Amino acid sequence: MKMFKYIVIGFLFGFGMWKLEAISTFRIIEMFHFQSFHMYGIIMTGVGAGLIITQLFKSGKIKTRSGEIKTFEPKAKTWWRYILGGIIFGMGWALTGVCSGMMFLLLGAGYTVFVIFLASAMLGTFAYGLWRKKLPH
Amino acid sequence: MSFTEIHDFISQPWPWWMGGIVIGSTLWILFRYGKEFGLSANLRTMCAADGAGTYADFFAFDWGKQGWNLMVALGALFGGYIAANYFGGDGMAHISQATVDTLNAISREDILTYGNVPIVPGTTIVNPEIDPFWGLYTWEGLFTVRGIIIIVGGGFLIGFGARYAGGCTSGHAISGLADLQLPSLVAVIGFFIGGLIMTWVFLPYILRIPF
Repeated sequence: MKMFKYIVIGFLFGFGMWKLEAISTFRIIEMFHFQSFHMYGIIMTGVGAGLIITQLFKSGKIKTRSGEIKTFEPKAKTWWRYILGGIIFGMGWALTGVCSGMMFLLLGAGYTVFVIFLASAMLGTFAYGLWRKKLPH
Repeated sequence: MSFTEIHDFISQPWPWWMGGIVIGSTLWILFRYGKEFGLSANLRTMCAADGAGTYADFFAFDWGKQGWNLMVALGALFGGYIAANYFGGDGMAHISQATVDTLNAISREDILTYGNVPIVPGTTIVNPEIDPFWGLYTWEGLFTVRGIIIIVGGGFLIGFGARYAGGCTSGHAISGLADLQLPSLVAVIGFFIGGLIMTWVFLPYILRIPF
């Protein structure tokens, strides 16, 4: 039952993202055409809330349930991987209109064709693992 | 308030500022349990669980410790199921008139009208019918050239790009930016460069492939 709470967290997130229409490829197209504030509002309020929460945890004002100060690992300050990987991810995001989190929602909602999307995403991850040492980071 | 009233209230389309509440509470609970928010990490875990560690040491890690994150993904799957089937409302994406015009310009036909754009471009029992042009998330749609590009190609790019960049929308655009990580900002700029190139340069042509 230790794992049950994570299912609940995922449920809240998934339910919310569906109702916010972040699941919709039409919303993604709209975002990349700058035709509505909606998606930017979701990201901006999400990051805004995240900023406050991250600071509260970092400063130790809020501790984890086991009483420790939450640590945040700083990301390595290299650039190629973020810009190149980011562009590749962005192209996939706009192509299908779905990101790695939303595919789970669509699978749950009954769009079974997303098992192919998931398998292909796993293949992409696997390909990165194979070629990792040859790629600029 | 009766159950029906609560149900109808939740079933409305949610305003954008609810994003702060949904994402904020997700981060809050995960941090309280000492965890991070990042859904694409599950792809690596699933590869490792399938024995990919034999082929690349990138997958040779103690993936059992990532079980909690798989549960978040499983929860998201349930969330999608319940939201779509029981709280779907009118089942529409409430996009702007400008976007409806853009979509009709792509299809070169006035298929969609304002207020009548299904949230997901595919048909199930819960969602309204959609013209085959936009029937992208269906098995019939998959077995076409454009369907293979969109589903198989898109999946590959997302899986590859997320790991290469070290995170996806949840890991970089939410958690990373909230932690003021410069690498995450670079990654998010990358997401937008890639997304804009795909949306403006390639997507209209891919969607117009007639077979």
